[in-house]
Amino acid sequence: MARYHVSATVNGDEVDFLCEPEQTLLDVLRDELHLTGTKEGCASGDCGACSVMLDGRLVCSCLVMGAEAGDCSIETIEGMAEGERLHPLQQKFLDYAALQCGYCTPGLLVAAKALLERSPDPTEIETRYWLAGNLCRCTGYDKIIRAVLDTAAEMRGE
Amino acid sequence: MSAAEDLGYREKPHELKWVGTNVARTDGVDKVTGRARFGADLIMPGMLFGAVLRSPHAHARINGIDTSKAEAVKGVKAVITRKDFEDQPSEMIQVGELTVNIRDVIRNVLAREKAMYDGHAVAAVAATSASIARKALKLIDVDYEVLPHVIDVVEAMKPDAPLLNEDQFTDGVDPKPDRPSNVAKRLEIKLGDVEKGFAEADVVIEREYKTRPVHQGYIEPHACVASYTEDGQGEVWCSTPGHFLVRAITSRLCGIEVSKLKVTASEIGGGFGGKNIVYLEPLALALSRKCGRPVKIAMHRNEVFRATGPTSGSHMKVKIGARHDGKITAGWAELMFQAGAFPGSPVFPAAMCAYACYDLENVLVIGYDVVANRPKTTAYRAPGAQISAFAVESAMDEMARELGIDPVDLRLMNAAKEGTKAAYGPTFGPVGQVETLQAIKNHPNYNVPLGPNQGRGVASGFWFNIGGETSVTMNVNDDGTIALTVGNPDLSGTRTSISVMAAEELGIEPERIRPAVGDTTSLGFNFISAGSRTTFAVGKATVEVARVVIDELRARAAATWNIPVEAVVWEDGHARPASSNAGDFEPLSLEDIARDAKKTGGPIAGHVETNVSGAGPSFATEAVDIEVDPETGHIKILSFTAAQDAGKAIQPNLVEGQYQGAAVQGIGWALNEEYIYDEQGRMENPGFLDYRMPVASDLPMIDAVIVEVPNPNHPYGVRGIGETSIVPVMAAVANALDDATGVRVQELPLSPPRVLKALNEKNGNRLG
Repeated sequence: MARYHVSATVNGDEVDFLCEPEQTLLDVLRDELHLTGTKEGCASGDCGACSVMLDGRLVCSCLVMGAEAGDCSIETIEGMAEGERLHPLQQKFLDYAALQCGYCTPGLLVAAKALLERSPDPTEIETRYWLAGNLCRCTGYDKIIRAVLDTAAEMRGE
Repeated sequence: MSAAEDLGYREKPHELKWVGTNVARTDGVDKVTGRARFGADLIMPGMLFGAVLRSPHAHARINGIDTSKAEAVKGVKAVITRKDFEDQPSEMIQVGELTVNIRDVIRNVLAREKAMYDGHAVAAVAATSASIARKALKLIDVDYEVLPHVIDVVEAMKPDAPLLNEDQFTDGVDPKPDRPSNVAKRLEIKLGDVEKGFAEADVVIEREYKTRPVHQGYIEPHACVASYTEDGQGEVWCSTPGHFLVRAITSRLCGIEVSKLKVTASEIGGGFGGKNIVYLEPLALALSRKCGRPVKIAMHRNEVFRATGPTSGSHMKVKIGARHDGKITAGWAELMFQAGAFPGSPVFPAAMCAYACYDLENVLVIGYDVVANRPKTTAYRAPGAQISAFAVESAMDEMARELGIDPVDLRLMNAAKEGTKAAYGPTFGPVGQVETLQAIKNHPNYNVPLGPNQGRGVASGFWFNIGGETSVTMNVNDDGTIALTVGNPDLSGTRTSISVMAAEELGIEPERIRPAVGDTTSLGFNFISAGSRTTFAVGKATVEVARVVIDELRARAAATWNIPVEAVVWEDGHARPASSNAGDFEPLSLEDIARDAKKTGGPIAGHVETNVSGAGPSFATEAVDIEVDPETGHIKILSFTAAQDAGKAIQPNLVEGQYQGAAVQGIGWALNEEYIYDEQGRMENPGFLDYRMPVASDLPMIDAVIVEVPNPNHPYGVRGIGETSIVPVMAAVANALDDATGVRVQELPLSPPRVLKALNEKNGNRLG
């Protein structure tokens, strides 16, 4: 099958890949670029496990075709920590035990980071609605919401 | 008796340093950075992509399968069908709390004579890309002869129902029936004389209930990679709570020796019992054997819903008798459970647990395990207990209303306690049911005033917990750190809880212990991570192995000092001379002894292989406040309080997380989740859009209350906490609906259309 040659930026690195017309960005990240931190939960945009940033927008990578990502800047969970330093959200997720199995965690972290970039002082309700696209079956969301709200407070310097 | 032999609970003479505190998860950083490798994350050189062809029919005879066109596709390396597996005889094997028949397991892994449900695997393909594999599936020609099907449990029990298995005669009925039936088994749990009990009752509540099948809903789809080499050795990497079980079943189905199959458990993205059985691994290994290359198979969500793990739908009858003073005189129930295509619904644990929250003299629970054209049920968090609790705890609530007694007080008056003989057999030791009821009664949430259209519901639940086969190895590294190898996949932080117990025993910081889940070649057999057993049973074995290692460390110190080992004690991570030798020598630290191990006898390690017993039963009581929208029938959860007896919380934040997660799974079950079938028996909602699990915006914070009544059979008092908190939820919500509206709904889910219909039927919608 004919494959497209695509150039993009992933976590600041220039990458090139070949992709089939039917491959999604999620397929490309996982199967071609071997960035397996981004997870597949549904492949239909209903669970948020594959959340990534595409040119600054939060998207489900399973709903974006790989070929559409040409010349785009993509940020995944693998780019969230800076060197040895975890992002404050990553640290708070650990502090609050906001993960159990950890499968939804990369998507939730990417989505929560997008929330805080847009709304540094979110209410609980705002946080709950923003993260409503990210399914977690283990935690009941309680500790996730607390972790995000506390990270927001910390990042505001409170 | 040495310290290693006495593994019962004792009040500790000193303050616990790490047990009972929140310690950093050893797998935490990997999981927040995307490094943790789950089932589908392994990439092997030369790896192929597998895909599974699934039946579009609920019930169909398979007259032939032609794979020639698929095999001819460029890039297709192997195609397998039923011909690639030898049949298995009828033989029961244990899987989690349930047992399965290996003859059924092979039929479930890949259809043989018939496709038994929509989604049943019929063939599998391995190809150089996922898209080629998918295309090849479409070219497999299956000659189906569609048969009449049956989904509903009551319909399936009828004498003229379409028969799933012509060789199945109802077990547990005397005399043996002369006609085959979809009823695989009838069972009874019995105590005392219910007729006598009902004769003593002033009030009798008798009701019928229905629940729909629901899915465990783990976010990670089933996935594995298998590799088979020319020398007959196999390797499997997979998402499972029990890789020793995967080894047992896969080696058996593929006809290879156990020693020739190595299974490594990946990180597991949730299971809740739904991964306690094998689906993909034998297919991937058979494909790999056929083409000599590693094969990965990962399910799509659609396949997860259609082909794996849901729990039973049910039809239940309940009858409870009580005196005016609140004394329950008899409890009776009849439970009819869908098993799916093969026998083995959780109706037995459902019957065991139905009345276990209460100290009753007269109990009779009758259960029916009924096959139907649905995926084979697998365990789901306290399997069956949540279903029977929906019925019994709903009826208990009506009894409380009828008697004019507060529902918590009625439960307190009849609560199971130490000395209670449970209908399913045991006499309870110290248990925490009374304490969970008191915790709810005293909780601020239980005393908040309610507004219009708001209601409060309460219910209790029980799960017995299990122990089981466990192997643990502890190696003392030459720098005094510890490598701790366990054989139970970690679904929720158990590795960390287990190493915390090891740290407490050894008297060293938990960070100095690195726990790992070993593959099947590194340890003796381990039963799966199920039945809330992991922190309890593996923890208990780990305490034992730590004490074995401490004995060895003492022996090395004794040898160094040339004094008897009895004159050496272990305190705070150090060997110290004691009794008449006290003060004669400088204490030796774990590091000191480890560093000199070469001189004192070689490497220091310990291992324990055991069948752990003494699991502590766990009770929970929960209260929920809801608000009902009279125009839509929508139920909003205002607050939720879950109180469960942990025995001892090794790490409180992880225990809270279990209660919260279980509560929210129950809320989904109560409010929205259900399998919906069309006329042809095909699942209509096999995706997260239409199978509506709770999302963050549906919920408030979940208040978790940890009750601690120590389990006398665990050194730190641990019971096991993973399951009970889901048990009361559905009844609690239904009871709250009655409290808010006066409407009693006896069928799940309490979705807006059903609630609205009930409201409209009652008083022309009195809320409106």
